[in-house]
Amino acid sequence: MADFVKLKIDGQSVSVPEGTLIVDAAKRAGNDIPVFCYHPKMEPVGMCRMCLVEVGTPLRDRESAELQMDEHGDPQIQWMPKLQTACTVPVSAGMRVRTATENVTLARKDVVEFLLTSHPLDCPVCDKGGECPLQNLTMQHGTGKSRYLFDEKMQLQKRVPLGDLIFLDRERCIQCARCTRFQDELVGESVIGFDQRGRALQIVTFSDPGFDSHFSGNTTDICPVGALTTADFRFGARPWEMQHTPSICPHCAVGCNTHLNTRRSSLAGEHVIKRIMPRQNEKVNEIWLCDKGRFGHHFVGSPERLTVPLLRKDGHMIEKSWEHVLPLVAARLAAAGGAVAGLAGERLSNEDLFTFHTLVDGLGGGTMQWPGRMGGGDVVQHVGVAVGTDLAHLGADTVILVVASDLAEEAPLWWFKVRQAATKAGATSDKSRATLIVANARETKLDPFATHTVRYRYGDEVRTVLALTHSILGGDAGLAASVAEQYSTRVSEAARAIAAADNMIIIYGSEGLDFSGSSALAQACANLLISCGNLGSLGNGLLPVWPSNNTQGAWDVGVKPAGISVSEFTAAAEVVLLAGADPVGDGDALPDDAFVVVSELFSTESVRRADVVLPAQAYAERDGSFTSGDRRVQRFYPALPPRGQTLPDWKIFTRLTALLGLGAAAAGAGAVMQQIAAAIPHYTGITYERLAAVEQQWPDVGGRDSYYGGTAFENSAGLGVQTPTLAETGHFLQLGDVQSPPVESGDLLAVPVTLLYDRGSTLVRSEILHPRLPDPYVELNVADAQVANVASGDRVALCINGRTWELTARVSFRPPQGAALLPRGLGGPPLPRITPASLRKMAL
Amino acid sequence: MSEFLLLRHRNQGEEDIADLDAYIRLGGFQAFKKVVTEMSSKQVIDLVKNSGLRGRGGAGFPTGMKWSFLADRFPRYVVANSDESEPGTFKDREILERNPFQFLEGLMICAYAAQANVAYNYCRGEFWMLAQELHGKVAQLHERGLLGEGIFGSDFALQIHHHLGAGAYICGEESALLESIEGKLGQPRMKPPFPADRGLYQQPTVVNNTETLANVPLIIERGADWYRSIGVAKSCGPKIMCLSGHAKNPGNYEVPLGITFRELIFGLAGGIRADRGLKAILPSGASAPILPATDAVLDTPLTYEDVPRVGSQLGSASIILLDETVDVSWAALKTTRFFKHESCGKCTPCREGTYWMDRLLERINNGRGDPADANLLGEVAKQISGKCLCPLGDFSVSAVVSGLELFRDDFVQHVRSGNQTAEKLTG
Repeated sequence: MADFVKLKIDGQSVSVPEGTLIVDAAKRAGNDIPVFCYHPKMEPVGMCRMCLVEVGTPLRDRESAELQMDEHGDPQIQWMPKLQTACTVPVSAGMRVRTATENVTLARKDVVEFLLTSHPLDCPVCDKGGECPLQNLTMQHGTGKSRYLFDEKMQLQKRVPLGDLIFLDRERCIQCARCTRFQDELVGESVIGFDQRGRALQIVTFSDPGFDSHFSGNTTDICPVGALTTADFRFGARPWEMQHTPSICPHCAVGCNTHLNTRRSSLAGEHVIKRIMPRQNEKVNEIWLCDKGRFGHHFVGSPERLTVPLLRKDGHMIEKSWEHVLPLVAARLAAAGGAVAGLAGERLSNEDLFTFHTLVDGLGGGTMQWPGRMGGGDVVQHVGVAVGTDLAHLGADTVILVVASDLAEEAPLWWFKVRQAATKAGATSDKSRATLIVANARETKLDPFATHTVRYRYGDEVRTVLALTHSILGGDAGLAASVAEQYSTRVSEAARAIAAADNMIIIYGSEGLDFSGSSALAQACANLLISCGNLGSLGNGLLPVWPSNNTQGAWDVGVKPAGISVSEFTAAAEVVLLAGADPVGDGDALPDDAFVVVSELFSTESVRRADVVLPAQAYAERDGSFTSGDRRVQRFYPALPPRGQTLPDWKIFTRLTALLGLGAAAAGAGAVMQQIAAAIPHYTGITYERLAAVEQQWPDVGGRDSYYGGTAFENSAGLGVQTPTLAETGHFLQLGDVQSPPVESGDLLAVPVTLLYDRGSTLVRSEILHPRLPDPYVELNVADAQVANVASGDRVALCINGRTWELTARVSFRPPQGAALLPRGLGGPPLPRITPASLRKMAL
Repeated sequence: MSEFLLLRHRNQGEEDIADLDAYIRLGGFQAFKKVVTEMSSKQVIDLVKNSGLRGRGGAGFPTGMKWSFLADRFPRYVVANSDESEPGTFKDREILERNPFQFLEGLMICAYAAQANVAYNYCRGEFWMLAQELHGKVAQLHERGLLGEGIFGSDFALQIHHHLGAGAYICGEESALLESIEGKLGQPRMKPPFPADRGLYQQPTVVNNTETLANVPLIIERGADWYRSIGVAKSCGPKIMCLSGHAKNPGNYEVPLGITFRELIFGLAGGIRADRGLKAILPSGASAPILPATDAVLDTPLTYEDVPRVGSQLGSASIILLDETVDVSWAALKTTRFFKHESCGKCTPCREGTYWMDRLLERINNGRGDPADANLLGEVAKQISGKCLCPLGDFSVSAVVSGLELFRDDFVQHVRSGNQTAEKLTG
């Protein structure tokens, strides 16, 4: 804990940690010093000169270093001859700061006037108007009248695409470098920067495609003027016209806190999401969002949504009312006599999954998490990452081991925070860096920040973790030695780093792995944690990179992967109940004679096979909760009116439950959460009220003032509650058996990998992201491509398990030799795990 | 009053001392040999401290003191600032052309004192031909074993790299210069931390002007007392005065610090062209206040202490003379045009203010100005002053503020006769 320093700001005594900047010290005392370039998440640069204040320090005798006192016995203050930038000067003991003198007031007026000499003042047509720091600070500190001749203003380009997502207005830019510093310091991808100098200084992009970053949208939030706008929101609405509803991102397991900004599309039009903004939750997404989370919302407003219940009659789907179809479904369920198979998607909310499970379980049937391709949920319940752990703040006493995951693609904000822990870039007084070990068969975007990189062969994930364990514990020396030999000495180096650290977080994924493979990997990781004693306390435990936003919640409420194929699972079913699940689309046939009921957003392959179709509500139209990978239960709220006759899934299932006499219908999502809290031990005590609780967060980026500007939203709707693991509740944990999956062999192994931008049904409807959505492809190592005489862009035929897929080839050094990377969710082969394949170039 | 050729030519008559053999034959690199084989790093620093040598780049900071401030971390770097860009400055160029080895020797001694094994020479982009020559000279030094590993059988190793700028005035500011060497946009850094603590690649770094370094071998060879005997108490040693403008004989004059403006202008340089009257002096290029050519000013000694007493700075001693025909508002426009062009754009007052001043002065000089424009110009200048990230912002207003104060009529006459002139221009 840093020492505290006492100083006086405008006569008010303030005590702040050593190293705090004057601007932040003043903020803590409720004094908003105006800033443009300063941002509490980034290193100060002192460029805009808006925060100039008078600073004095106690005068000391040169010889004795004694404080010099005045006639009143107060220390004499030596005032610095020039005004100082409050954003660059750290506080010191006895310092005096004046922020309200004539000099300071004049300086602020001067800087605003200077900035406005180049600014177009096109606020009436500017997206930022209404929430613009320049606008606000001009109102507060400007003169209201400029002496600069309007005719002498510079005319610059107003529509410069930095990429397909972000546009630059060169006239509005005030050269504060927040955007470039965000990319340099916090993302580590310097794809934008300054060009030219003086008044010609301008933001340019260096990458191809332009502004090639998963985090580009954040620059539009922290831009203190309307210079950077998103292609999605540009000229879309005025800030004051929109309603703000707190929500949770439905895309990945991080669970970023968001605000949905909604408005009618026209006077008589529908309510639509105009934009998604980050909502501050320092433990989760801080004040950031990835571009998928920000731009991938269009599925909600898609005209392709299902809006009316449908019933199959004589081969045709007929629109029916809920009153008609629900009793019919209930009757079929009752008649099935327990031969009910329920498949629920990992995207559904906790309330949906719980009511689904209650219904199917009550009928004597079984539920299956769909696709349920990643295992380890039970293990996570034992040794999951400890409550309160913040990845970004892990320090030198901690090792972060990332296995079988391309974190940047699978959970961007976790990548962001792990990088932060490993680099401690940006504005942090804590420069203690965590040791990062990245174990993967190929290079990922985490490698540049890794202390140790362990490169294994696909299929050897479990063996590698076992080797690390044995290397630390001196167990099976043979395995440790053989793996170490096979993969150079990196295993032993990494093992030494683990042994030397006090704390360890293991982040495991499912790259190339199916359910059994990832289950074994989870158990191997758990054993490593248990063996080293790294569990149950802050900064320790296992973090699963689940494939979906609520995979964790599905595990928690009892909807688990079946471990068998869909056809096996449904073979004996008379009724198949699908909720947010599309097994048919993945090539899994349902029994011909089964009665299929589907609750869905869109007309999927499974919907086309269904006998009854129940239109569900999207997350933005209803309330509910998701549980993120670090077991944080978080609430989302209804932002849009329901579409057509849609209902939330939980309401459908609780009504069916009531119709079948299996229980009373729940009155609301909050009531379902009460049932969950009563039924699931680690959810005990969780209520919607608790989930909505907030506390003061630092930095304070709320919308109450224009201090940090930008439009990061303060969180007044809930920080969520993390569920405890068994390790934290004092259970004794034993090592589990690890069944190392059989290693496939073959000249070419097809390996399923995950991309951030895939063609899943919730992303493909965001046309804005289409330039970033690749067609199905297979990525080959240069050496393998040479053997097959294939070049980048060639069409190839990839044969897997006797079935042939036509794909575009990409050739690079990224895949290891012998591996063909097959991105999931692009419409190519839905490959569960590493599989031998053969490839040939197709004739033109 | 006689001139020296100590810095520019080692006082070596007709010898071409840009030739390594000649330079060595005439005693070159003896100083370097002496420090490497006989002296400790601290002894070198103390000697330079005692000599009273002050930085010739403009600020006049005691050189030995600067060397002693280095933080106790390694590696360290030393950097020669050959980005000579101040309007009216052309002294470093002559040193690099005529006496390159004395400069390089100074840089090498500085590296030894700083215990640095890598030295950079940052040349302005227009010195590309010089930089090529210097590349060859450094290669020669490697061949002779004066650079590289184990110099003079010691364990001291040194490499010198030449780095060309891309034509930015701001890169003469030491922190912007370091950014430029690192391959970044030439913009000044926030200070503190100073280069002695976090300089090149965030390591302790000494940055010295070319002329400063050229003094160092002389001090080692002849001692601190000899050096102090040249010039006056606090400003000692030889100094190259770059005289330009309306002098009869403009050029570099290497003189002891402490001679007066009058001795330099009317003694050495033969007075004013066409025997006109002298109106004003810019003693430090575009960066320091204009001085009126009064007797009090002309009798002021050229030292780091005395020039500020009459309201300006000695700076790098790029002395520009304006004769009685010069319109000071025109001269002020020349300086703002320069600063507008050279402002790096990092901080608001300099980026926007220089642009605004330039527009105002252009308006005034074109006769399109308003009577209020002269006042506004003064206010804009005041608005920039004291609020900028680096000293260049303050430099940009020097000529404007002092010009308005001393020669206000030059500005006002344009706006008074404004419409007439405008008609003249358009008609």
